[in-house]
Amino acid sequence: MILDALIWISLAVGLAFNALGVVGILRFPDVYTRLHADTKCTTFGSIFTSVAIVLYAGGQYFRDPEGQYETLALHTVLAVVVLAFTNATSAHAIARAAHKRGHKPAQAVCDRLEETVP
Amino acid sequence: MTRWIFTVLVLVALMLLAMVRLFKGPTSADRVVALDAINTLVVAAMIVLAVVFRQFIFVDVAIIYALLAFVGTLYIAKYLGGEL
Amino acid sequence: MLSFIVTALFSGAVYLVLTAGSGPVLRFWSVQELLVAAAVAVAVGFVAHQYFASARRRAAANPLRWLQAVAYVLGPFFAEMAKANFDVAYRVITGRIRPGIVRVRTGMKTDMGTLLMANSITLTPGTLTVNVDEESNDLYIHMINVPAGLENRETVEVRELFALFDCPRWVRRIAE
Repeated sequence: MILDALIWISLAVGLAFNALGVVGILRFPDVYTRLHADTKCTTFGSIFTSVAIVLYAGGQYFRDPEGQYETLALHTVLAVVVLAFTNATSAHAIARAAHKRGHKPAQAVCDRLEETVP
Repeated sequence: MTRWIFTVLVLVALMLLAMVRLFKGPTSADRVVALDAINTLVVAAMIVLAVVFRQFIFVDVAIIYALLAFVGTLYIAKYLGGEL
Repeated sequence: MLSFIVTALFSGAVYLVLTAGSGPVLRFWSVQELLVAAAVAVAVGFVAHQYFASARRRAAANPLRWLQAVAYVLGPFFAEMAKANFDVAYRVITGRIRPGIVRVRTGMKTDMGTLLMANSITLTPGTLTVNVDEESNDLYIHMINVPAGLENRETVEVRELFALFDCPRWVRRIAE
């Protein structure tokens, strides 16, 4: 019962943050702020939908130890680790490329990087 | 079971919503950001689909998809930055 | 030699995680998978040890550091990440932003430390690493909400970015 509630809560939190990330991509004014919404919210949301899967696999494992549920849980954890690491790095790559291309941060109060580029 | 299908449907709806930014742009960097978000959502949806269809090999596909999407994003970023 | 052992152990561990549930040995693995894991570990260690682990930095092979890395990700890092997400969620809903790019001094001496710090910063407190100054390992960071007064300062100490925990100290302990 408690496990079911936890799964529902994780799913709800995950979907809410994924939705916020996508809305942020649509709403924010420039590349950098959109990257904020993208990397933080969708990574966090995906972590929580995966936590729901791991909880479900853990519950099923005790009901049916022959059902390969430990495979599901371990692989999901590995997928989350891969996702978190690659998302952070690719966000950095996109931000750097955008700045090299000359996209100015919109509404910026300061831009220390701009001053160093000759 | 229905809750997993519901989750997948919401994730697909979010992908379609992110696709608005993918088509609207205005710059190519914005499109890459939208593509990156869609990739993350696809990985999350694949993991949930593994439970829906009881085919746990889908999670392995999700891992490989995440890694390949990462390489793709890096190459697009390098191209946009003029280093390729 | 040490770099070969570390690489082989790491790749073997990843293979065993991926094949857990295949048979009865130690509850989880079949004999064939264990043999293949050993073969994969030796092969990958032979091919990749010079890329994966540099022989100059022996301290990185310390298993205690790996445990610390796991503790860091599950504890302080996750708390900071949750806080950052609520912050971004608030800004998505209200649209109240004050963006800008600031220069942050990390004080990291190694590439690994800079990488870990940059990734921690990207996923945590309303900040996003844009570029790295190769000589001083300083980071250029896009902040979604620059605190008042910060835009006039030449460099910012990395400690000021994290509110709840001393993440830079953790990173230094793990990677340097």
